[in-house]
Amino acid sequence: MATTAEGFDAHHDDHAAHDHHDHKPGFFARWFMSTNHKDIGTLYLIFAIFAGIIGGAISGLMRWELAEPGLQIMGQVVEFMGGAGTFDEQGHMWNVLITAHGLIMVFFMVMPAMIGGFGNWFVPLMIGAPDMAFPRMNNISFWLTVAGFISLMFSAFVPGGIGNGAGVGWTVYAPLSTTFSQGPAVDFAIFSLHLAGAGSILGATNFITTIFNMRAPGMTLHKMPLFVWSVLVTAFLLLLALPVLAAAITMLLTDRNFGTTFYDPAGGGDPILYQHLFWFFGHPEVYIMILPGFGMISQIVATFSRKPVFGYLGMAYAMVAIGVVGFIVWAHHMYTVGLDVNTKMYFTAATMVIAVPTGIKIFSWIATMWGGSIEFKSPMVWAMGFIFLFTVGGVTGVVLANGGVDDNLHDTYYVVAHFHYVLSLGAVTSIFAGWYYWFPKMSGRMHSEFLSHLHFWVFFIGVNLIFFPMHFLGLQGMARRYPDYTPAFTYWNEIATIGYIVMAASMVIFFVNMAYALIAGKKAEANYWGEGATTLEWSLSSPPPFHQFETLPVIEDHHSADDHISPAPARA
Amino acid sequence: MNFGDIARKRLQFLAILAAGLTFSAASVGALAQEAESVEAPVAAMVEGAAPDAAADQAATAAPAFEHFGPDMIKGQPIAAEDDMWASMGFQDQYSETGNYALWMHDAILMPIITVISLFVLGLLLWVIVRFNRRRNPVASKTSHNTFIEVIWTVIPVIILLVIAVPSIRLLAAQYESPPEDAITIKTNGYQWYWGYEYVDNGGFEVISNMMPEADAIAQGYPAQLEADRRMVVPVGVPIRIQTFGADVIHSFAVPSLWFKLDAVPGRINEKVLIVEEEGIYYGQCMELCGARHAYMPIALEARSLEDYNAWVLSQPGGVIAHAEAEVVPAAEVAEEPLPAAEAPAV
Ligand code: HEM
Ligand SMILES: [Cu+2]
Ligand SMILES: [Cu+2]
Repeated sequence: MATTAEGFDAHHDDHAAHDHHDHKPGFFARWFMSTNHKDIGTLYLIFAIFAGIIGGAISGLMRWELAEPGLQIMGQVVEFMGGAGTFDEQGHMWNVLITAHGLIMVFFMVMPAMIGGFGNWFVPLMIGAPDMAFPRMNNISFWLTVAGFISLMFSAFVPGGIGNGAGVGWTVYAPLSTTFSQGPAVDFAIFSLHLAGAGSILGATNFITTIFNMRAPGMTLHKMPLFVWSVLVTAFLLLLALPVLAAAITMLLTDRNFGTTFYDPAGGGDPILYQHLFWFFGHPEVYIMILPGFGMISQIVATFSRKPVFGYLGMAYAMVAIGVVGFIVWAHHMYTVGLDVNTKMYFTAATMVIAVPTGIKIFSWIATMWGGSIEFKSPMVWAMGFIFLFTVGGVTGVVLANGGVDDNLHDTYYVVAHFHYVLSLGAVTSIFAGWYYWFPKMSGRMHSEFLSHLHFWVFFIGVNLIFFPMHFLGLQGMARRYPDYTPAFTYWNEIATIGYIVMAASMVIFFVNMAYALIAGKKAEANYWGEGATTLEWSLSSPPPFHQFETLPVIEDHHSADDHISPAPARA
Repeated sequence: MNFGDIARKRLQFLAILAAGLTFSAASVGALAQEAESVEAPVAAMVEGAAPDAAADQAATAAPAFEHFGPDMIKGQPIAAEDDMWASMGFQDQYSETGNYALWMHDAILMPIITVISLFVLGLLLWVIVRFNRRRNPVASKTSHNTFIEVIWTVIPVIILLVIAVPSIRLLAAQYESPPEDAITIKTNGYQWYWGYEYVDNGGFEVISNMMPEADAIAQGYPAQLEADRRMVVPVGVPIRIQTFGADVIHSFAVPSLWFKLDAVPGRINEKVLIVEEEGIYYGQCMELCGARHAYMPIALEARSLEDYNAWVLSQPGGVIAHAEAEVVPAAEVAEEPLPAAEAPAV
């Protein structure tokens, strides 16, 4: 494989003067000018944790505000941020908080953790490559994401209409985001998406190139671990969806600043055009946030069941199918904008189709466990939690898919419940599963299994308390993006706020666990999960050497009987 | 998809729109003088809590009109403290398509998704009990079974087909067009209140703000849901609801009528509504529209046609729709409303 060799050489040019062993550059060069996929992965993970803390703190303010009817704390928040605290400023501050929460969690927590973090760390390791194809571009991807985050944070401190900050929702619908939000805040928020989006596009090209060209000899596409498959599909979704977002929000910017009227009916534009463009990106985006999770869950379930993944090819192509169909269902987010009846029928039908490959994945995971010899280590417990919680989120998606039914659920808490079951309880649970699975591999230290299990159960109870009652609120007609509500909604909101406290406690357990691991954790062996863990990263030390696979590993046809990355001959 | 069909539907829609617009423009034009003679409507409307005041100002001797009181509230959220079970589902429905959709959710979707979720949970629990390392120390090597893979592809497809049939029917019902002579009410979303324009009734616009919470509670109405002036509609007949966004996008939503339609600048959306019972139905704006998005409720009051007409006449500039066709003598209308309002039929 000539290309593999090239990538290998290119990487070595960076360190040409040094010997090939574990020589690491100095602190600044290592962490700020990093070209090493593992270091960049670590940076992404630290960044995601940091952003997650901020996004999580904001959601704490939101739950506090919603604990009771009436405005609870928005006044104080406005004053803390330097405003006068008028009624409208409080309403605006609420909108700023929900906007920041959504954007941070999507673009600066889930995506960096899954793709930038785990993707960077483990795609090269799993395919037997020495690094990513374009190490310097990898560095740019990361720092663009950081710059995007700073731009978003900055937007909170400059005028955005009624008060400081962008209060337009993560969807940034025109014309609320154009004519009706004067001031630079929305520009900075939009620009933050440009930056983060550019970072992700570069990252996506990097992953696609790496996966297509740098697999170790013998590792055909159909032998790649499913996590690599999931990142490959995700990278294609990013590459096809993000430019559309970039175009859409660029037009927002020119409408705002340069007198164009793409979305302004007064000049022949159409606000609904923006929604079509946004959701053409937006629906693939929601799958971007879950596909790497699917991949991690597949690895984990196979490892702890000591069985190869059931229906490997079906699993891989289910992800491809989800990716493809994901591009033709976007208007299910727009059922109430005044769609034509035929359009609505089409999007109803197409959306329901997505449930089929999703179902295949869920049943294949269970079939992988079936007949297995399951060990309930922390990653496995999180993975099983994922499967159940994701199922609950998936079935409410099928309810929402029905355009006629969605009329009464759109923009209510039912939708909030749906997407938090697939994201906060799905994607985030898979991130924790992956974290406990690979943390010792990355850090060289074992975490406490006890604390990890405790973390799971407290988290599981907490998030269900937060989000399950939201189904009830949504069915009863509580609108989303409201800082205040009629007293009839109090009871379930109180439960949700209590749930938040429980969830927050689970995060304390998580951080204690991490502190324990880093300070006093046992040293991790190369393959600390034992027999079931068969992908290539387990053949390396924990943590792996600064440069791995200086001689490329060769994947044999049946390199071990329980190798779950090679499909059975009958299917190959 | 049949794009010819789509194109035709689009054209039909445009034609209806154009007709509606022409019609409303014509009726507004015809009444322009009358409307002008009436005192500045907004000033009168601010006194929403005292409709008598508005009536006094009407040049034509409009009859007084009594609105429904709290005893007629039908569509509102239910507190868990009052009825735990009811607080966990949809609000009761008061429209035909709403009832069909409710049936579809409660009788088809809910059972299916509950069974699927419990089935997955059951499988997980079974796997935990049966295939843990202690009970099953040696893992099987099975990684394929074409039969089972076909099964779990085909069965979901069948389930989705079962869902698709009523789903498509529901959509078709929701898109049935109103009869040509249906009364048109245009709801305009403003930052942050609603304006209800009675295009067939003289074109007056009712400006509707949230009733201050203290007032609402004092009068027995739900806080943040009651409005100072309600949107009055006739019961039992198809109404053509049009939505329009005067500044940003809003969304006109009434959960107990299964009705939600975005109010978008630059376009008029349209959908038919038939309210089956007299009563008060609350809704709220459901598209993020800025700082006071949470404070622009919809209070919809459905009345008999006679009451509706009486109410229309009590409005400045209000005329009875299709008056030339209908034989409703003004005197009769003037007498009807009071007894009807006093003894509300439940
Ligand atoms: C079984 C598959 C799924 C179906 C049929 C489905 C269907 C839907 C529908 C119809 C909506 C629009 C609801 C509305 O706004 O009225 C929606 C919203 C949403 N879904 Fe899903 N969904 C599925 C899976 C997922 C997954 C896997 C994710 C992400 C991990 C996801 C994330 C979201 C998000 C974030 C929204 C709300 C976006 C917003 O309005 O802010 N969904 N889903
Ligand atoms: Cu979607
Ligand atoms: Cu609104």
